[in-house]
Amino acid sequence: MKKLILNFLTIGLVAVALHGAHAQDIQIVSTINVLGQTKPIPVSLDGFTGEAAEVLKFDLFVQGFSFVAPDAAQYQISGSSAGDVSGRVTDKFAKKVVLSRSYNGASVRRQAHAFADDIVQTIQNKKGIGQTKIAFKSQSASGNGEIFVADFDGYNKQSITSDNAIVAKPAWVPGKLAVYYTSYARGNPDIFYHSLSGGQRRVVAGYSGLNTSAAVSPDGAKVAMILSKAGSPNVWVCNADGTNLKRLTTGLEDSSPTWSNDGQWICFATKIAERRRLAKVSASGGPVKTLNTAGVSNPTEPDWSPDGKWIAFTRQARDFDICVMPVDGSLPPTVLVAGQNPSWAPNSRTLVFNHEIGHRQVLSVLDVFTKQYKDCLRANGSNSQPAWAK
Amino acid sequence: MKMNKLVFPLVIALAATLASTGCKKGTPKTTIIPGRNQQIVGGETGPGTLPSGQPIDNGNGPGFNDKPGSLSTAGLDMFDGMIKDPAALAAYTVHFDFDSATVKKGEESNISAVASALASNAGDKLLIEGNCDERGTEEYNRSLGERRALALREALAKAGVDPSRVRTISYGKDKPADSGHDEAAWAKNRRGDFILLHPKAGV
Repeated sequence: MKKLILNFLTIGLVAVALHGAHAQDIQIVSTINVLGQTKPIPVSLDGFTGEAAEVLKFDLFVQGFSFVAPDAAQYQISGSSAGDVSGRVTDKFAKKVVLSRSYNGASVRRQAHAFADDIVQTIQNKKGIGQTKIAFKSQSASGNGEIFVADFDGYNKQSITSDNAIVAKPAWVPGKLAVYYTSYARGNPDIFYHSLSGGQRRVVAGYSGLNTSAAVSPDGAKVAMILSKAGSPNVWVCNADGTNLKRLTTGLEDSSPTWSNDGQWICFATKIAERRRLAKVSASGGPVKTLNTAGVSNPTEPDWSPDGKWIAFTRQARDFDICVMPVDGSLPPTVLVAGQNPSWAPNSRTLVFNHEIGHRQVLSVLDVFTKQYKDCLRANGSNSQPAWAK
Repeated sequence: MKMNKLVFPLVIALAATLASTGCKKGTPKTTIIPGRNQQIVGGETGPGTLPSGQPIDNGNGPGFNDKPGSLSTAGLDMFDGMIKDPAALAAYTVHFDFDSATVKKGEESNISAVASALASNAGDKLLIEGNCDERGTEEYNRSLGERRALALREALAKAGVDPSRVRTISYGKDKPADSGHDEAAWAKNRRGDFILLHPKAGV
């Protein structure tokens, strides 16, 4: 473990040495992405006011940027949000404008999200998350609630159900305006498919006992879920419409399946010898392999990153914490911040999760490399089990 | 000549920079964002307001008419329209240790009381509700609550109850009996409640 981190640091130092102690090499070091320890990219922000300034700060902060005075910035972002948003990004060390763009239409809020995405694309060469959506569960004190869809920062939320029932674990169909979720609306925890364009919904799993935790395969063709119809809560897989059902595990107690990015594996939480563990099983069936989460107690709620490299999960010591580990086992899990229910953004570096404030759950967005996080706009009641649309 | 050789690449580099950044002073490239509608993912554009979920077509699910087997839980359709009587067996709620689904020795009297209530009313069935305290993640607790309910069903089977008369449901930590946040509340919330089900009127 120590040796590995030393190696990471060495690579960074060599990079700096090779290029001379030029300030631009800060960028090279920061791309090593040591979980929770990466230095944010310092930028300055000038000329934006109100909602546009708020959106830019939120979006950039949770993708690994920090805000400093113009003379300390690696990139200077300036522009205006009077009327429409327009802005430019100057690379201070290369002394050139690397982005200059104006936005038109929709709302200042959406224009600012679009500008933030262009900034991320220009500086990090990655697709930004400013215009992505989440789904989540909002619950009142009675335990009943609804499934909501919102912008990733919690704005523009809309409930998509009005059943006043216990609901759980929304999951997006990749690339589609459709979700699966659990609802007790019929008096039993059943899994529904819900088209967000038309509002049609169908029971996908309404077997006796528990039907919950739908997770859609990356190609959208299969759904993994937890069913107890055979006598214990286990991982099952079926076609997107619920047909071709197959049992994958037979342990005492499983929960929270998540697909690998290549669709080959399903990782899930299980209990072995009365201890909580993470494990994986081939999506077509086969032996269950436990994952090494040494040093971290009671892991549950795994979520496999879209780039295939990471598994985020929740550990429970005294309270709950968000952890991330590399899938290849090259580093042990890193404990990041207090919270539960992590769900990866399409960029594989930002997570949405929920954490407790005054016995209510609040959604928050975390950049796993810099450990910077910000709370989303709150909906009424307790907000939890967020799922990031991918 | 020599001059040209140097200047030419510079001009090209400058032109490339301008093209790539779209930077011509005063007229930056404009991105038009269509309508008020948010593009979600995969190129689909949603309506301004998402329609609320339509009524569920009951019985349409491929697995809805699940038939009970010896190990499987009882088919849901067998319980259609039965009348819930939460008071009848409320005194026999079984409590569990932290993070455990083991039915404790001390709970045997509750199990036999429920078994004899079912024995004396052949038409009645039973719903077991498994619940957890708040110390555990949501879906983990939903599975733990189900395992508790299933453990009680097994205990009842050993006491002579036909498992096909028993339906289980897990509420995880969504239905605490006590909304407190201390050990006294948690102990009350780690439980299995028994709901007696009577045949619907006139049957």
